[in-house]
Order: sequence, then C-alpha cells, then structure tokens
Amino acid sequence: MSGFQTNNKVISWLDERLPIFSMMQHSAIEYPTPRNLNYWWNFGSLAAFVLVVMLLTGIFLVMNYSSHTSLAFDSVERIMRDVNYGWLIRYLHMNGASMFFILVYIHMFRNLYYGSYKAPREVLWWVGIIIYLAMMATGFLGYVLPWGQMSFWGATVITNLFSAFPVVGQSIVTLLWGGFSVDNPTLNRFFSLHYLLPFVIVGLVVVHVWALHTVRSNNPLGVEMKGEADSIPFHPYYTIKDLFGIGLFLMFFLAFVFWAPNFFGEPDNYIPANPMVTPPHIVPEWYYLPFYAILRSFTMDLWIIPAKLQGVVAMFAAILILFFLPWLDTSKVRSAKFRPIYRQFFWLFLVDCLVLGYVGGKPAEEPLVTIGQLGTAYYFAHFLIIMPLLGKLEKPKPLPASISAAVLKEKA
Amino acid sequence: MRKLILSAVTAAGLFASSGVALANTGGEPLMKPGFSWEGFFGRYDQAQLKRGFEVFNQVCSNCHGLRLVAYRNLSAVGLTAEEIKEVAAAREIADVPNDEGVISMRAGRPADKYIGPFPNDKAAAAANGGALPPDLSLMAKARVGGPNYIYSLMQGFLDEAPHGVVLPDGKSYNKYFPGNAIGMPPQLFDDLVTYADGTKASPQQMAADISAFLNWAAEPELNERKSLGLKVMIFLAVFTAMLYALKRQIWKNIH
Repeated sequence: MSGFQTNNKVISWLDERLPIFSMMQHSAIEYPTPRNLNYWWNFGSLAAFVLVVMLLTGIFLVMNYSSHTSLAFDSVERIMRDVNYGWLIRYLHMNGASMFFILVYIHMFRNLYYGSYKAPREVLWWVGIIIYLAMMATGFLGYVLPWGQMSFWGATVITNLFSAFPVVGQSIVTLLWGGFSVDNPTLNRFFSLHYLLPFVIVGLVVVHVWALHTVRSNNPLGVEMKGEADSIPFHPYYTIKDLFGIGLFLMFFLAFVFWAPNFFGEPDNYIPANPMVTPPHIVPEWYYLPFYAILRSFTMDLWIIPAKLQGVVAMFAAILILFFLPWLDTSKVRSAKFRPIYRQFFWLFLVDCLVLGYVGGKPAEEPLVTIGQLGTAYYFAHFLIIMPLLGKLEKPKPLPASISAAVLKEKA
Repeated sequence: MRKLILSAVTAAGLFASSGVALANTGGEPLMKPGFSWEGFFGRYDQAQLKRGFEVFNQVCSNCHGLRLVAYRNLSAVGLTAEEIKEVAAAREIADVPNDEGVISMRAGRPADKYIGPFPNDKAAAAANGGALPPDLSLMAKARVGGPNYIYSLMQGFLDEAPHGVVLPDGKSYNKYFPGNAIGMPPQLFDDLVTYADGTKASPQQMAADISAFLNWAAEPELNERKSLGLKVMIFLAVFTAMLYALKRQIWKNIH
C-alpha cells in the first residue's frame, strides 16, 4: 500500500484511519496484470456488471411485486403495463438473468481452455463454482416468482427431485414447499430467498476477487508473471478495456431487451399458474438444460437404487466434479495453447455440453434419450478418464521463457 | 477483434441451440402473414389495431375476457375519450357497497379493466359446453408463434374432421390447435363485422386485424420499446466506438 499520496488533508486524515484510498490505489489502479490478456478475460468484469444490473432492477421490481399466489401474476403484468418504464425494468431483469449465465459460461469455458483452475488458483476456482451454484439457485427461485404455468410446474418438478433421496427426501421437499404442495408458502419463501441470495453472491464475488488479487490473473500463455516487463497496471489499461467490453456487451444485451425480450422465455409462463392443468412439456430455463439432460438420462432402476436417485446424484455430481478438476487434470501445463491434444478434447467437451443442452430441452423420445445418455457418459469420461490420462500421455509444446519474451517474439 | 467476432459467434451458437431447444414441435406449420410491427423498425398500424378492436368488441368478447387491458388504454388503438366512455358503459360491473351496504351494478368506466362476458370461470365454462374460453390479454405471448398462431388458428377450421378422426360432441376440427379438437366453432365469415373505415371484412382481413389487436393487448409497450431501443443503440454505438478509440490510444505503447 505504498503508492497512494495526496495533498488533500481530509482524504489523508481518513486514509490514515481507514485506508480505502490506499486500498483502491493498490488493488484497482496499480494492481499488476499480465500484459497479454485477451478479450476472453473481459467476461469476469462483465459478469460483475450484470450482477449490479440485476440487483438494481430487482430492487425496483420488488417495489411493485406482490408475493401472494393470487396477486403475483397480475402484479407482474401491472409492472409491464402501468408502472413507468416497468416493462423496461422487468425485461432488463428477465434477460439479464440469461445474460449473466451466458457470461459466466464463457468465463468458465475460458478458465477450462487456459487451465486457470490449476495451482495456485484452486481456491479462486472453488469460489467461482460456489458463485455458479448460488446463481443457479437464484435463477430457479426467480423464475418461480411471476407465478406462470412454467413457474409453478418448474418449481414442482425441481423441488420434487429432492424426494429421490432415501429417508429424508420427502421431509426436504415438505420443508422446501412449506406444506404439501407448491403453494403460497412456497412462493413466499422463494421470494425471500431470491432477494437474499444475490447479496450472498456479492459477498462471494468479494472473496473471488480477493483470491484473484492474491494469486493474480492467469493469462493466455499460462506462465506466471515473472518481472516488471510481464505486467502492466490495471488502470488505465484494463479499466478502459473492460469499459469497451461493457459497451459491446450492452449492445448485445439490449438488442434482446428492446427487440426480442421474450426470446429466452417460455410462452407458457404468460399463462397464470394452474395446479389443475399440467403443461404438455415442462422445461427448466435454458441454462439448466445440460444438467436436466443428465438427470433424465438415467432410465433404469439398478438393484435397489431407483433411476430417479441415480439421475439426481449424477446431476449434482456433474457440478461437484468441477471442484476436483485441479487434481483430475494431471498436466503441469496450463494453457491449451501448448496442449495440442487437450485443445481438441476441450472443443469436444464444449460440443458435448451443447448437445446435452439441446437434448435437455426436448421431450424424452428416441433417439434423443440415447444421445443424452452418450452425452452424459462423455461428460463424466472427460473429467474422470480423459483429463487424468491426457496429462500423462500428451507431450506439450515448449513453453515460452516469460510473457514478455513471447510477446516480443510475436511482435518481431 | 478476431477473438471478439469468435466470441460473438460462440454466443450466437449458444442461443441458436437454446432457441431450437425451446421451440415446440407442432403439426401444421403456422401461416405467417408478415405483420407491420415485425422487424427492426416495425410498428403497430393504428388503423389495423382499431379494426381488430372492432372485431374483438363485437365478436370475441361475447365469450372471451381481456382482463388486463383497461378501457382507458384503448386510446392507443385510436378510440376517442367519448368512444372509450361509450365502450366501457356497454357492460355492467358490481359496484362497491353503498352506505347501506347494498352492492348494486354500475356501468363500466374508462378506469375499469375490460369487463368480461361472464361473472366467473365456472359460468363461462358452463355456457360453453364445459370448455373455458381463455382470457385473451396475453394470448399473443402465451402461445408458440404468438400472433401467427392466432392468425392461423382463426383460419384453420375444416368443415369436417379428416377421415378416421372422431371429434367429441360440440368440438370443431382445427389444423393448428394442439390435439385438433377445439371447443370454439369457426368464427370468421365474410362481412361478420362492418369496419368503420370501410375495409372489406374478409376472414383473412379479420384474422390479421384481430391478431394485431391481441398482440397490442399483450405488448402495448412495443412501439415505445422499439423507438427507445433505437435511440439507446445509436448512443451506445457512438459511445462504444469512442471507448474503442480511447482503448487504442491508451494501449498504443503496449502492443
């Protein structure tokens, strides 16, 4: 905390007692950042930006929302029709959720490509996965609030997953519901938690950034910064680059808000929730679809383990396995740039996730069931077989001596 | 920049796959007449909205409600304040209790939501052979294909069910309705209504007009949304270009 100096007596008085200015100087201005980050490194700050957008729009939505089953649907429509710019706030929030997941998925796949999860960034990666889990919970809870048909039936299907667990399953479901079916108590507690969790995410983001600033950013070469020549200060280089990214992103985001606001939604959610009428095809929000496909790919009871329990366990395992990735990946080399074979498996894995997402959104019919099962098998094989073996078998390309050496070589 | 384009393509791929995943698989592909509000600059055609309202008010509203639209909102489809009062007063609604606690009926007012044809859903279903005519406020958003679905459905009736299909009593056959057996009989016939603007009321014309009106009922903010969007995009394009220029300037010595 050395670089901060000021002639302003008030600021220096405050800074001696609470060093916020020194801290900003240290972590947002001088903070040494690799000089070779590409645009894939924009997605973290973009996700943080969307988090703020979600919080702000959400706070204003709550001012006009009623969390009672008899009022929720109409209160959302009142926001759309009678609240000044309510349609804008609600469409920003609705599409913002999808944007948040798009950005975070790109952020995560960037991490997989450049091996950012490897030592010493394991804890940074863990906190990221916890943020992702919290986002999934928040997104699910939020989708229930408009109390349309898909809200109600999505909530029914997803909460019922917990009933698969032996002994305690049914009690967990009753606890989630606050009764014996998805009803007003469910809506109320979901609303409460949907307001709480984003602030938990903010806290987790602080921890995520803390961990980041301790171990510093990875970079496309995957070699650590070694000297002054490898790094540049965060400000102005990355502040302006992130701002430019936000400009581009806003154009993308707002194109949906203004021209296709219901693109990511389900038409059924504009029908008020009706416990007496089940929609023919219940699908969760698009960002859960790969996991939904994994859940549904278990179709056969095994001995005493029912298919549903297998599916639920597999679905949770599909996310939890990410925690072990730093050790499942046995390669010492981070960046796929120097791992020619891993690079191909990376793209295969991405395709596998997209295929699972496609299967998850379709009715469970052949040949999609089989494709989903193969996709699920490959998903786990990628982590449990390919990653451990590849690190041992693959011969990586030679790494550059340092970031600056590689950058200068590229220039010449 | 190459990386950026790549990222945009990746993102577009993600959407395309999700879009495909979300689309319902229907039988007969929907008819697409091409509505005025489609596309980047598309806006509602107010004359069409007004014609659509005439069809709704004279025909559809005998069975269907429009509970989220207030009479006062109809100024957006081109009704004058006087006309709105007149339309609102055509139906009665239960008043608040008077000083003696008696609840009487009063005529509708512009501030009321469009008053439905039946006192409640049970009454509506009972009067329609057990099938509840759905409220139409959000119909254009609540079905895959939206206005194209409405347009197709209104013209999708066959005089007789195809060979081998047995319809339950009181149902009609419609090519576009899920399951084909629809409670609503065919509605649109030549000159069913007389348009105030003199347009010939063919079934096709009425189907297009009612689809337009119901799309307005579901998305009354569309005109305002698209025009604000245009201004925002122009601002962002200039702003982002300036940020890019600034970025280039700042990074000049690094690259």
